[in-house]
Amino acid sequence: MFKFILKRVIEAIPTLLILITISFFLMRFAPGSPFSSERTLPPQVMENINAKYGLDKPVMEQYTTYLSNVLQGDLGPSFKYKDFTVNELVATALPVSAKIGAVAFVFAVFFGVGIGTIAALRQNTWLDYSVMSTAMIGIVMPSFVLAPVLIYLFSITLGWFPAGGWLDGSAKYMVLPVLGMSMMYVATFARITRGSMIETLNSNFIRTARAKGLSFSYIVLHHALKPAMLPVVSYMGPAFVGIITGSVVIETIFGLPGIGKLFVNAAFNRDYSLVMGITILIGLLFILFNAIVDILLAYVDPKIRF
Amino acid sequence: MNKNKNKNKNKITKALILGLGLSFATTSFTAFAANVPEGTKLAAKQELVRGNGNEVASLDPHKTEGVPESHVIRDLLEGLVNQDADGNTIPGVAERWETPDNKTFTFYLRQDAKWSNGDPVTADDFVYSFQRVVDPATASPYSWFLEMTSMTNAADIIAGKKDKSTLGVKAIDTHTFQVHLEHAAPYFVMMMGHTTVKPVHKATVEKFGDKWTKPENFVGNGAFVLNNWVVNERIEMVPNKFYWDNAKTVLTKVTFLPIENQVAEMNRFLSGELDFTYEVSNEHFRRLKKDHPESLQIKGSLCTYYYNFNTHKKPFDDVRVRKAISYAIDRNIVTDALLGQGQKPAYFLTPEIIAGFSPELPAYGKMTQNERNTTAKKLLAEAGYNKSNPLKFSLLYNTSENHKKLAVAIASMWKKTLGVEVTLENQEWKTYLETKKQGNFEASRAGWCGDYNEPSTFTSLMEGSNTTGGIHYQSAAYDELIKRGIEATSAEERTQLYYAQEAQLAKDMPIAPIYQYVQTRLVNPHVGGYAANNAEDKLYSKDMYIIAE
Repeated sequence: MFKFILKRVIEAIPTLLILITISFFLMRFAPGSPFSSERTLPPQVMENINAKYGLDKPVMEQYTTYLSNVLQGDLGPSFKYKDFTVNELVATALPVSAKIGAVAFVFAVFFGVGIGTIAALRQNTWLDYSVMSTAMIGIVMPSFVLAPVLIYLFSITLGWFPAGGWLDGSAKYMVLPVLGMSMMYVATFARITRGSMIETLNSNFIRTARAKGLSFSYIVLHHALKPAMLPVVSYMGPAFVGIITGSVVIETIFGLPGIGKLFVNAAFNRDYSLVMGITILIGLLFILFNAIVDILLAYVDPKIRF
Repeated sequence: MNKNKNKNKNKITKALILGLGLSFATTSFTAFAANVPEGTKLAAKQELVRGNGNEVASLDPHKTEGVPESHVIRDLLEGLVNQDADGNTIPGVAERWETPDNKTFTFYLRQDAKWSNGDPVTADDFVYSFQRVVDPATASPYSWFLEMTSMTNAADIIAGKKDKSTLGVKAIDTHTFQVHLEHAAPYFVMMMGHTTVKPVHKATVEKFGDKWTKPENFVGNGAFVLNNWVVNERIEMVPNKFYWDNAKTVLTKVTFLPIENQVAEMNRFLSGELDFTYEVSNEHFRRLKKDHPESLQIKGSLCTYYYNFNTHKKPFDDVRVRKAISYAIDRNIVTDALLGQGQKPAYFLTPEIIAGFSPELPAYGKMTQNERNTTAKKLLAEAGYNKSNPLKFSLLYNTSENHKKLAVAIASMWKKTLGVEVTLENQEWKTYLETKKQGNFEASRAGWCGDYNEPSTFTSLMEGSNTTGGIHYQSAAYDELIKRGIEATSAEERTQLYYAQEAQLAKDMPIAPIYQYVQTRLVNPHVGGYAANNAEDKLYSKDMYIIAE
């Protein structure tokens, strides 16, 4: 296992380096600069600003300086939010996205797998049809439609939950964003689980177990669930990263100070250092969670280990 | 112009005259703070939550350039002067001021003005702060504002030709601050209400550097002091107990929420989480007017929406084409049918709400739309465009539903009236700015908001040396009028020169003014002291209070 992990870490280094290089130069080639504004600044003021942020140096020099700073864990000052460094901004935003993402993820996995299993066990009954058609609605309804509906219903009409904000991330501020964020994943997990479970239940080793006279619930829990989870586990990695980083819609609608909104604003503002910092973070998360999923899969499926 | 508008203008004109310091006489006013009308029952909880658009880029007044930043900084730092609810210039840290010639201004600072750590606010603080703005090391994006006041040596210091110590500012004694200008500017006192000229606490800035604005380090001299700042979520402040007029502050807490999405902001207002919004979405305006008329607040704003033409490129190097395109825009349809929030048609770059600005409409502004259309057709034909050779051009705008809606409507007016074929092109903000800067456009959407309540904040935009927003007008006649405006010795002469500048714009038509903006907000009726008539939208939380329901 140690060798397996070491291999993944070594593989990650060139991937990250390529990611940093490509994004660094893509950002520099994007039209507009972090400091362009509607009023054209006098050239001498512009020079002063560029000198302050090192933009007066040749691009290659900027690149090598950036790389050496990153290696030391310094992501540089934000070009837009002048009172903060990128490290500070990421350190504030990541826990928000991580907390809300983790809760949404756990909810999506348990709820999705739960209803997917029930639907598979009651295949072709009214329960199956109603659960799966609801799941279909969940998949096709984008969060930017679902979230305003939730706000209208639970905040404006019923007044049960706030329509946005985060404060300290207490439960009442999390309910609606978590629902808005996880419904699509609940539905996807449910569909994957159902399909995989039906396939497993129809396989030969289950038939053998039933022929031996084992109880159905015992068979499901001890024999069927584990192999049925393989595609679910594979989907968990991208789903987790997707929930954490792709939450920009939910973060915008609910005014959450998370990483998704920060990332999109940084790109619009040409905040070079902030875009780079978050890109590196997302790259790292992707590599990390894909590795975790690989390890989990190896655990679940012995074929992968051997 | 309706009656209410005139009334509003008179108030502002009064404001200007009060703020000008035109005479030798020492000016003195009664301080203004939350003046709760008698009989008003105050709520037990005095906490205000304000929507504030985008996240602030900084809370250092010398490093900001946006409106959201100004709203927050106005509560945290106090400059030489403030404004009252109607936009009149009133004392801030300076309790009075005098000028013999509109070139030398002496401000007498109040003895009881203190920083939030208890230090007195002194003339040296203003000397330090003004020098910091123009210091190249600060790299202030608004340093040009001091250059624009014609403060002695400001331009040379920004350009790195002179040391910051040569700036025309002086501390006569602890509480007397003097400024020297190269040209007379009767509106100088009014300009001192701007965010860029707020003082900062020298010892704090020098100790913490860029981190001085963090809540744990912040020292300010405003009515409130920074308490909490979570980027993209909230800024919280509490009363500054050392503020000279703190006894009159009613609110115990003010929270600014950065919510850039107008619908999200509206939802949070409707669910009772916000006391007032930053703006109102155009799509929801009519519904809100019907369902929540008690909460809608509309006021004139110092902003103009216009299309500008690239006068160095075909087809807009021909004044006849520019005029034809401008005339064929039915501005009344834009303001009444497309926008409908109270915006007014624009025939000037300078919005008519600007203090002391009421020139006669240019000839095309007095015509009916039919007459304008007929003239436009004639001009376009003279320029050589007709059915077999139709005029074709592209119109650039920055990505936004509102700009798109207007562009589509106006393009169809051009098509219908003149047979012009327009290609609409949208670009996201920074790309749009770059395209305009490079001059790679034919016609483009633009807008401008004044930095102070005086025409020069608009007319200087079209000066040849200014390439803001891709304007490359460069008219020697116009530049001469600007120069004469700066050097004018009387207010009357200057006003006439502003009118002449606008007349020159109508003659050359480098831009087609379209409409004058309004500022629309949802304000909970329980908010007292909201400055509904302040044209510059200078809202001070210290003037507000929460009424018991």
